[in-house]
Amino acid sequence: MRIVIEKRQALSRTALILTPIISFFVSLLLGALLLMASRVNPLETYAAMVRGAFGTWSNFTETLVKAIPLMLTGLGVSIAFRMRFWNIGAEGQLVCGGIAAAWVALFWTFVPEGLLLPTALLVGALAGALWAGVPAALKAYIKVDETLTTLMLNYVAILYSQYLYYGPWRDPQGYGFPGSALLPAMAWLPRLTGRVHYGVFFAVVVAFVLWFVFTRTRWGFELRIIGENQTAARYLGINIARNIVLALLLSGALSGLAGAAEVTGLSRRLQQGLAVGYGYTAIIVAWMAQLNPLAVLVVAVLMAALLVGGDQVQMMMRLPAAVGLVLQGMILFPMLAGALFVEYRLRIIRPQAVDLEPTPTAPEVTP
Amino acid sequence: MTNQPEPQAILQMRGITKRFPGVIANEQVDVDLFPGEVLALLGENGAGKSTLMNVLAGMYRQDEGEIYLRGEQVAINSPRDAAALGIGMVHQNFMLVPTMTVAENIILGLTEVPFVPDMQAVTARIKALANRYNLQVDPHAYIWQLSVGEQQRVEILKLIYRGAEILILDEPTAVLTPQESRELAAVLKLMTAEGKSAIFITHKMEEVIAFSDWVRVLQNGRLVAVKRTAETNPQELARLMVGREVLFRLEKQLAVPGPVVLELCDVHTRNDKGLPGLQGLSLQVRAGEILGIAGVAGNGQRQLAEVITGLRKATQGQMLIHAQDYANRSPLDLIRAGVSHIPADRIGMGAVGNMDVADNLAMKGYRKSPLSHLGMLQPQRIQEFARKMIAAFRIATPSPATRVKFLSGGNIQKTILAREIDACRDVLVAVYPSRGLDVGATEAVRKLLLEQRDKGVAVLLVSEDLEELLSVADNILVLSEGRAMGCVPAATADINALGLMMAGVSQPLTVN
Amino acid sequence: MIALLTSILSIILRAGTSLIYATVGEIYTERSGILNLGLEGMMLMGAVTAFATAYYTGSLLLALGVAMIVGALLATLHAFLTVTMRANQVVSGLSVTLFGSGLASFLGQRLGPASNTYYLVGLVGPRFTSIPIPLLSDIPVLGALFQQDILTYVVYGLVPLAWFYMYKTRNGLNLRAVGENPQTADAMGINVTRVRYLYTILGGMLVSLGGAHLSLSYTPGWAENLTGGRGWIVIALVIFAMWNPARAPLGALLFGGINAVQFRLQAAGTNISAAFLNMLPYLMTVLVLVMMTWWEALNKRIGAPAALGKAYMREDK
Repeated sequence: MRIVIEKRQALSRTALILTPIISFFVSLLLGALLLMASRVNPLETYAAMVRGAFGTWSNFTETLVKAIPLMLTGLGVSIAFRMRFWNIGAEGQLVCGGIAAAWVALFWTFVPEGLLLPTALLVGALAGALWAGVPAALKAYIKVDETLTTLMLNYVAILYSQYLYYGPWRDPQGYGFPGSALLPAMAWLPRLTGRVHYGVFFAVVVAFVLWFVFTRTRWGFELRIIGENQTAARYLGINIARNIVLALLLSGALSGLAGAAEVTGLSRRLQQGLAVGYGYTAIIVAWMAQLNPLAVLVVAVLMAALLVGGDQVQMMMRLPAAVGLVLQGMILFPMLAGALFVEYRLRIIRPQAVDLEPTPTAPEVTP
Repeated sequence: MTNQPEPQAILQMRGITKRFPGVIANEQVDVDLFPGEVLALLGENGAGKSTLMNVLAGMYRQDEGEIYLRGEQVAINSPRDAAALGIGMVHQNFMLVPTMTVAENIILGLTEVPFVPDMQAVTARIKALANRYNLQVDPHAYIWQLSVGEQQRVEILKLIYRGAEILILDEPTAVLTPQESRELAAVLKLMTAEGKSAIFITHKMEEVIAFSDWVRVLQNGRLVAVKRTAETNPQELARLMVGREVLFRLEKQLAVPGPVVLELCDVHTRNDKGLPGLQGLSLQVRAGEILGIAGVAGNGQRQLAEVITGLRKATQGQMLIHAQDYANRSPLDLIRAGVSHIPADRIGMGAVGNMDVADNLAMKGYRKSPLSHLGMLQPQRIQEFARKMIAAFRIATPSPATRVKFLSGGNIQKTILAREIDACRDVLVAVYPSRGLDVGATEAVRKLLLEQRDKGVAVLLVSEDLEELLSVADNILVLSEGRAMGCVPAATADINALGLMMAGVSQPLTVN
Repeated sequence: MIALLTSILSIILRAGTSLIYATVGEIYTERSGILNLGLEGMMLMGAVTAFATAYYTGSLLLALGVAMIVGALLATLHAFLTVTMRANQVVSGLSVTLFGSGLASFLGQRLGPASNTYYLVGLVGPRFTSIPIPLLSDIPVLGALFQQDILTYVVYGLVPLAWFYMYKTRNGLNLRAVGENPQTADAMGINVTRVRYLYTILGGMLVSLGGAHLSLSYTPGWAENLTGGRGWIVIALVIFAMWNPARAPLGALLFGGINAVQFRLQAAGTNISAAFLNMLPYLMTVLVLVMMTWWEALNKRIGAPAALGKAYMREDK
């Protein structure tokens, strides 16, 4: 008897919907096992996490604060992934956006005050776009592998930002704390409530715009075709290289915008705490959302909830804050495994009944 | 023939049948192979030659039938089994690792090799074998440094090194220059002199004559002829391979051709490996005319279609549409010039499997109204269009929202046809459009082509099916080795004459 | 002057050792065609479990063993997801990193003794000490090579062994074939699945060892984010080494050296160049990648394994 994995003949709607749900529950189960091994009651822990993320208004706003950069970078990454372009440079693109926004806010004194904030955001987005555009061009025109180039550029960006806020941009009144000077008030991105800044609007608007672009515009149609079948795209007259670069510029711009929004809306300085892994988590968010822009918003909030909930749990149950991170990681394993079942299914082949006959001798040869 | 005792066949295949979903690749095929002889398997594309040999080489398992080696029945369930029995195959796509050396490739996967292989001994053995069979190649060279002919030598050496007594070669001369082909023939002679045997798959008549002692002809999965090579000739072989009575001719009106729409003048191309493709091809297609392109696959047909649709560069020559040179323009330019293309590779090029039928149908017309307006798609119009096309072309699909990859081959082709024909204005290029389709779908395809022709479109039909060309086309041009061998009106064409041209014997170009 | 040079060399060697282990490990994994981005998580897990084991049992050997087992387990997870379940290798690797980092942090705050509120941070545990080799360690400057601890001495042997295995043995041949052209390897009778599992797990064990070196020798001890991004650096080092174990020390010592030496440079007042020195290796790696891809000849000889990152499935018969 053998078990064979074979391609499905028709799209299984049930598999598409059930798989993430079942996977999610399997992850909760695995997490519960880990918690029990730590001599902690899993149900209490999960309840505490949910309360910690959504229980009070201030908890909820903190969850949103962490969700905003995840939303924007997640949206950016999802564009790239649709083109089968593995952009893992969202972290660096975000940092570039932050650097650029701080640069504008602190040093572009020739910009009229009222335009300072929009300019900072715009330039931040452009910086992110550029940081993604270079690997994109390298891939589109010279076929250099994008996973590795985008990854390396992350470090260049992070190290450069460190150089800036430890060095030339260091706040003279900062008491030795590494970080730039406070941005001028005109460059502050306003906040809605708590620490939730207007970035949340950007994220929601962008999500809807992207959804619209992909489902309703000609360009989105062409991008989808390129992502699915490049040979067909060329045959249909679509310019592949140019579109890849354009899509990646957009992808980088969104991550850059995320960085610019963080710097102008949250920290209001360029400092440590900008590059905390949003760019990497964004990949997971995008993947879990199956690259759907609207789903990205939801998944981003969920992932942020895990982080914030984890922080709360630390205080209430004296569990390491990292429990949120651990769960974040564990959620994916069942989902990754389950993704197989959308395209393939298992089939058990039983042994056939063996026909027992005497071995025939070789027949006569007739030329 | 004298009454000598016949030598015992080294290999016998009896009643081999192999089925794939929707098609019978081999049906009750027999093969006899004698030691020291070369057997040619001749047939058109899809005749079942490769499948049969893949069964012998252990890549497939036959559904019915037995294989006997030296008189004893054997079961060949994997390439390793075949290798253990002394059977080895050189595929069309070489199984070589480019970044490793010749010697490394030859011992790859051999379990007899010690943990730390003695490369000097290996190299010495390779050199000895190379000298013995005149397969000169440097064991220390990297595969990527070698020419295609040299790589083939490595493949053959690999088999001999592993003790193969029966060598199977799949279309070996497809990638060789004439000089290299002659060298290969010499190599085979050296091997057979020692008692080794070879089977090679081909669709070229001249190869059969040059290389083999026996030839078996396959047609649609069945064995239709067994001949001693010395007792036959290219014309007979062509007829055996291709010939069947033309069963029916479609009702078609007499062509009323208009002005020349598409013209190629002395076009040269290079194929993907850099070898010459089309070599000075010239042809003309008028409005309201179907020009059929006949010829065995691999003689430049795809390149011809690609040049016309902007997917391949012409290194020389002109390609005129309405007297304007469109050679080397982008695919988009050609689409805008009114050229439609039904490609040979359906699911790889002509359709996007993961997108739905409605989207696929819209992929030519989406740039313009009514399917889009100011850069935005109009979903209602797209759905309307899809429903119209599905009905008109009788595409069997559960709904317009079904993903194309779930449709049957025939319906995928219908989807492509629907899209291309609807978008077609002046020129329609159809490449193997009815390949693999059942009778009903095939008839539908042919009717559609005739309809377009009657509307005044210039149609270029590339097909391996002579029957199809004879019944559908107005004129038939035979392509061989990238050159036009002759052009004859279909109504008066003679299969033998066509067969000769396909075998590379040229006729003077006839004016229609 | 000599003392300064000797001490710089010593620092470079110590800083580079953990990187070399991890780089050699990842080279083997990538050579089989699997991209493992879970290195940061594996190194952290190796570091924390090794330290905890050493602290409670006093046995450094056992600690190394535990680290290797942990690395093997994480690698098996990644292999299962990518080889058997054909999941996206990038996402799977990132998940392992996320999970491993989180779990390491978690354990670092739970495995400690009650006296330290269960934290492992701040504890002092057994460590590998340097074992100077008599006579050789007295050589000026180069003597630093012989004043290292056992883990570094093992590296001296590991690198040539890893090179020999890959290029001179039958198994290494099979491995390279699988990463370059799995269809061919499969046709030649090599079990692609088994090879990929084997070398992903082996790679994971070595990566984890690299992490153990940090907590048992280099730092020593445990602290949050002990690896400081080294896991990502290793990805760059693999490219830098052009997937050849013999070249692994080159990049490792370069990166490790720059990192360690920068403190000296800061003290000397050259703050600015330190940051750019840090960036240089990453930029150089991008350059190497571009050159390798562009230069077609170069690419065919020493490029990335052609099948890196792509799942392999034999056609249904």
